[in-house]
Amino acid sequence: MWKEQKKYDCIVVGGGPAGSTFARVAAESGLSVLLLEKDRDIGMPVRCGEAVSDAGLRIFYEPNPRWIASTITRMKLVAPNETVVEFDLNEKGYILDRRIFDYDLAEYATKAGAMIVTKAYVDGLLIEEDKVVGVQGVHIGERFEKRAKIVIGADGVESRVGRWAGLKTTCKLKDMESGIQKTVTGIDVHEHMFEFYLSKHWAPGGYIWVFPKGKNKANIGLGILGSYAKNGKAAHQYLDEFLEWKYPQASVLTTVVGGIPVAKTVKEMVSDGLMLIGDAAHMVNPVTGGGIIPGMRSGLLAAETAVKALNNGGPTKRNLQPYEKAWHKVGGKSHERFYRIKEAIYRFTDDDLNRIADGMSGIPENERSLFKLFSIAVRKKPSLLIDVARVFAGV
Amino acid sequence: MIEVAENKCDFCGCCVGVCPVNCIEVKEADIIIDHEICIDCDICVFICPIEVLSQTDPKRSSSSEAA
Ligand SMILES: Cc1cc2nc3c(=O)[nH]c(=O)nc-3n(C[C@H](O)[C@H](O)[C@H](O)COP(=O)(O)OP(=O)(O)OC[C@H]3O[C@@H](n4cnc5c(N)ncnc54)[C@H](O)[C@@H]3O)c2cc1C
Ligand code: SF4
Ligand code: SF4
Repeated sequence: MWKEQKKYDCIVVGGGPAGSTFARVAAESGLSVLLLEKDRDIGMPVRCGEAVSDAGLRIFYEPNPRWIASTITRMKLVAPNETVVEFDLNEKGYILDRRIFDYDLAEYATKAGAMIVTKAYVDGLLIEEDKVVGVQGVHIGERFEKRAKIVIGADGVESRVGRWAGLKTTCKLKDMESGIQKTVTGIDVHEHMFEFYLSKHWAPGGYIWVFPKGKNKANIGLGILGSYAKNGKAAHQYLDEFLEWKYPQASVLTTVVGGIPVAKTVKEMVSDGLMLIGDAAHMVNPVTGGGIIPGMRSGLLAAETAVKALNNGGPTKRNLQPYEKAWHKVGGKSHERFYRIKEAIYRFTDDDLNRIADGMSGIPENERSLFKLFSIAVRKKPSLLIDVARVFAGV
Repeated sequence: MIEVAENKCDFCGCCVGVCPVNCIEVKEADIIIDHEICIDCDICVFICPIEVLSQTDPKRSSSSEAA
């Protein structure tokens, strides 16, 4: 029973894809792991468009049909002047059902030996001699304290774990998307196509997505960049206007809101006895807003480092830093490039966006690709062209 | 002072992520602002997707330079 056990090798705060992946890998390597989630359900509410690429998912798990609401092979962009550009994707993607997906990831962690507790809210760290040695919190009205060799902050966009340990994880307003999404039904959508609407008047500093879940259902949402949210119009107003215009007949099954950090990753991801993973370390791709795959990747890399550190020298900051290095080696460079591309494209005017759509329309459909799209988008900035080329070449 | 329309809140934690002084706390279905620590920068007001938060001081609202 977790109530009796006072000490663990690792305590993970937060049961999203990052936390569950860390818990699974660490437990598989023989570490004792406790995962604490404040909500009453793992994976709920689903604050997510649920889009992933097949290749990204495959790094971690063989895609299970149970998780997949739609398979995506095509994409459609709508420019501010309503020019439409469509093309087939080189790589397929999925719209997941994250209620099932997140649940399964948590179950894998449990099968590997981790203990998961829901309704367990962590409200502080135990710190001794400047080292993190555990967590404290409340579980259904009862206070608890648990000690751990390493505490893992997987507590998402609202992460406070790092801040309690003195790490700088506050997201700047200009690096946060204010997001809202409705899962709607009673509409007609192309079952295998991502749709994106790009314009300052639809979603300034962000985009509207229509992600199908079958032929008559979709996740429809948007993010607006914090710097535009200052103008007095909130995200929900933009979404309501869009739905009124495009899908007035839609019934809303679910509404969720949430923040999407489109920031550089936090500089320091570790301290003595502490690691940050997933949204808590700002791992979301700053251009797409996709954070599921980067979250799982950071969970895996952090767990590998944690295992080494505990078997060899202990969880000092120095011994945990290889995780930061591993992140930068695998995903960090392209993250920085995406951040630079984001900084450029979020400044585009509607005229710029119309020109990009026109440029794409001029290319035969079988020659269109995401790479072509981004290349046209940053044509006037040769230095960014190199970033685009490298991001797509995966180097 | 920041006012919370608690019955509107979705407890998403987005405001927590941007608060520069870490004075907002969001539990499973509970949001608390520590007004002693709050510096009235209004950043949380701007970022909230559904307008749960508002600045009660009319002189201050939407005049922040803190972004
Ligand atoms: C509207 C929206 C749409 C998105 N669309 C996509 C998309 O289409 N594709 C994609 O890849 N990404 C998308 N994202 C981003 C994606 O949802 C996140 O990047 C991903 O969920 C991050 O995983 P995580 O494990 O780091 O954190 P989360 O999944 O956020 O999990 C963190 C967990 O920690 C818990 N927690 C927080 N504080 C505490 C505490 N003190 N004590 C205990 N538990 C705590 C939370 O309850 C939560 O369950 C979207 C995000 C939003 C908001
Ligand atoms: S951003 Fe808004 S909805 Fe989300 S927790 Fe803060 S006040 Fe509530
Ligand atoms: S006004 Fe600024 S300091 Fe006060 S709660 Fe909001 S973000 Fe935090």
